[in-house]
Amino acid sequence: MIPEIGNFALILALLLAAAQAVLPIAGAARGDRTWMAVARPAARGQTLFVSIAFACLLYSFVVNDFSVVNVASNSNSQLPLHYRVAASWGSHEGSLLLWVLMLAWWTLAVSVFSRHLPDDMVARVIGVQGVISIGFLLFMLLTSNPFDRLLPAAADGRDLNPLLQDPGMVFHPPMLYMGYVGFSVAFSFAIAALLGGKLDASWARWSRPWTTLAWCFLTCGIALGSWWAYYELGWGGWWFWDPVENASFMPWLLGTALIHSLAATEKRGSFRSWTVLLAICAFSLSLLGTFLVRSGVLTSVHAFATDPKRGVFILAFLVFVIGSSLALFAWRAPKVGLGGKFEIVSRESFLLLNNLILAVAAGSVLLGTLYPLFLDALALPKASVGPPYFNLVFGVVMAPLVFLMGIGPLARWKKAELPDIAARLKWALVVAIAVALIAPVVAGHWTPLISAGLFLAFWVMAAMAVGIKERVRHLRGGLFERLRVQGRSYWGMQLAHLGIAVFIVGVTIVNGYQVERDMRMNVGETVRVGRYDITFKGAQNLTGANYTGARGTVEVAHGGSVVTTLHPEKRIYNVQKMPMTEAAIDSGVTGDIYISLGEPIDPTGLGAWSVRVYHKPFVTWIWGGCVLMALGGALALSDRRYRLLARRDQAVGLARAGV
Amino acid sequence: MKPRHKRLTLIVAGLGVLGVAATLVLSAFQENLVFFYSPSQIANQEAPQAKAFRVGGLVEQGSLKRQSDGLTVSFNVTDTAKTIPVVFTGILPDLFKEGKGVVAQGKLGTDGVFRAHEVLAKHDENYTPPEAAYAVEQAAKARKTLQ
Repeated sequence: MIPEIGNFALILALLLAAAQAVLPIAGAARGDRTWMAVARPAARGQTLFVSIAFACLLYSFVVNDFSVVNVASNSNSQLPLHYRVAASWGSHEGSLLLWVLMLAWWTLAVSVFSRHLPDDMVARVIGVQGVISIGFLLFMLLTSNPFDRLLPAAADGRDLNPLLQDPGMVFHPPMLYMGYVGFSVAFSFAIAALLGGKLDASWARWSRPWTTLAWCFLTCGIALGSWWAYYELGWGGWWFWDPVENASFMPWLLGTALIHSLAATEKRGSFRSWTVLLAICAFSLSLLGTFLVRSGVLTSVHAFATDPKRGVFILAFLVFVIGSSLALFAWRAPKVGLGGKFEIVSRESFLLLNNLILAVAAGSVLLGTLYPLFLDALALPKASVGPPYFNLVFGVVMAPLVFLMGIGPLARWKKAELPDIAARLKWALVVAIAVALIAPVVAGHWTPLISAGLFLAFWVMAAMAVGIKERVRHLRGGLFERLRVQGRSYWGMQLAHLGIAVFIVGVTIVNGYQVERDMRMNVGETVRVGRYDITFKGAQNLTGANYTGARGTVEVAHGGSVVTTLHPEKRIYNVQKMPMTEAAIDSGVTGDIYISLGEPIDPTGLGAWSVRVYHKPFVTWIWGGCVLMALGGALALSDRRYRLLARRDQAVGLARAGV
Repeated sequence: MKPRHKRLTLIVAGLGVLGVAATLVLSAFQENLVFFYSPSQIANQEAPQAKAFRVGGLVEQGSLKRQSDGLTVSFNVTDTAKTIPVVFTGILPDLFKEGKGVVAQGKLGTDGVFRAHEVLAKHDENYTPPEAAYAVEQAAKARKTLQ
């Protein structure tokens, strides 16, 4: 009964989405207020029904209803409750429902927090959201219904893939999807502005907080995924340039570009058409990512069973959305007009360079991700593009961007002078060079990459310090008061930029100083890794809730005294008989000790094992940097400017309406 | 400078940056493209000697041998028509098994042994890497055309 209610709720949601898509947009075109007024109630109704459907799916998983195909294939009665909840988005169908749920919630948020916007704008934004929703609801109902029945019911389920039985599965997908789907709002604002033919600074101001919020979620989602891969996959990497990672990373790159160009559009009215194009492209890449992941054309941990029908549907939808929005852009953009004038050296130019570089970076990731698929589709010799390509291109393309990040915030809008900037930043340059040269000498190991990385990180931080000092120097009052009046969006920017610097420190030190030893270890054998003496104390048999396996005991000592004892595990999950490596990690601010079991050399599993013993200095700074970036975004969002302007817009709107 | 000149300078500079970036990206791309060869293709001497590539197929039953250091393993990869010996030093992925699909990346030695520096992990028990499946499929096709 419950799954049927879920199915019915989805159908009702589809009907409401159709109303939400057609009437408001048509109403805005004809200037019909009654039709436009449909937008909000339809969006809210759709959200209600999608939420009901999702609740039904959750319920089916929680009560182990194995008469639902989706539950039977992805869950098991032995599975702990929190993983049964997570399993509801662990499958292809379930993750699509999560996608639509997020879309509905974002639309709901727009419908609630848009009181200060003109009616036709709101109607169009919600209408475009409705169009996207129709696409995904149809896709789900036609090709991947999460409520399909299995008759007769299975006695027990086939279990969730053991790789996904992890707290990461509970948080990573919802967070990532919030970001992914959140760019739909920026997209809808852009399309609405093109439809209405009004692309002014206020458009950028309305769209900006939504973009920043989506970007924050996406940043957290990607960082969570990276951290999860680090501790769960058992071999200590934090980024693999896996096509699915790339699929989430490309929208992030363009989203970052979009945040910056929106700033220029809002403050100076510059790059209007470029900003619109970026918004369209960022969401198109989100859709492309969904297509890549959901159609089964990719091979990765995220890819589910292949079904050509699904691939064709998403591809058609992708072509429709991207094609029609680009066509609309080509038709309308020439009327947008140019923004404020600026000199060749100005903050606008620096932001433009930022956008150019981020676009090139996204393009190079796109090339590396799609090229193997093209070869496949054309039946050419198979080939793959590995991490060396991405690492090389990415490092070389992003280094100038980070360097410019130190300069950009100090440049004035409209017109800046290079000699002036150089004079203000000379001490920052000295500090950065000094750290880049001295730190590796102190650490006892030097490579050009270590110096380059440290230089960039400290350049950003030192330039930030210069910028902050200049901003507060001429103000009156106590230091705290002087810092406070800068406003939260200023501090948000600085915090996010600091996050980049922290991230670079982490990446540089891990890559430069990590020790990775894959070795055979006898019971009682000790090995020195970095400053630590690691002793393998042997392994015992292990029985867990839904798995059995081996549990190793490893002692970590520093200077003769034991620092910690770690227990890496090798698990065999009962249902799928799939082996899994559970690494044991001693995590700290200055570095992680990472130990995972390979295979038993001795067949009993009680003797020698092959073991991975890694020391990863500063690796946590990588994710710490991402958290700072997201916090920076959140801080910028809470700036009182948005609240004040919202109030003003509302007043203007009321005045215009003749109230 | 006149506004027109300014815009021109900006556009030229932008195109210059883009051009340099594109050249760089494409050359890095060319160098790091890793091609895939099946055991049959390697047996036909189609694979390069000096350049790294990928080989895929099934791990031949009974071919997995561990050397005394405990970390170096040798096994044969087969597409059911031809077989190629592979040596790998390191820890094999969790789902590496005889009779199952595998993809290895490395270089072909002059002795005909493939020295893998990476053996790719699978993520699901029932899942065969598509490259491995492709190699087996091609070998089956070749057999049919011969018959």
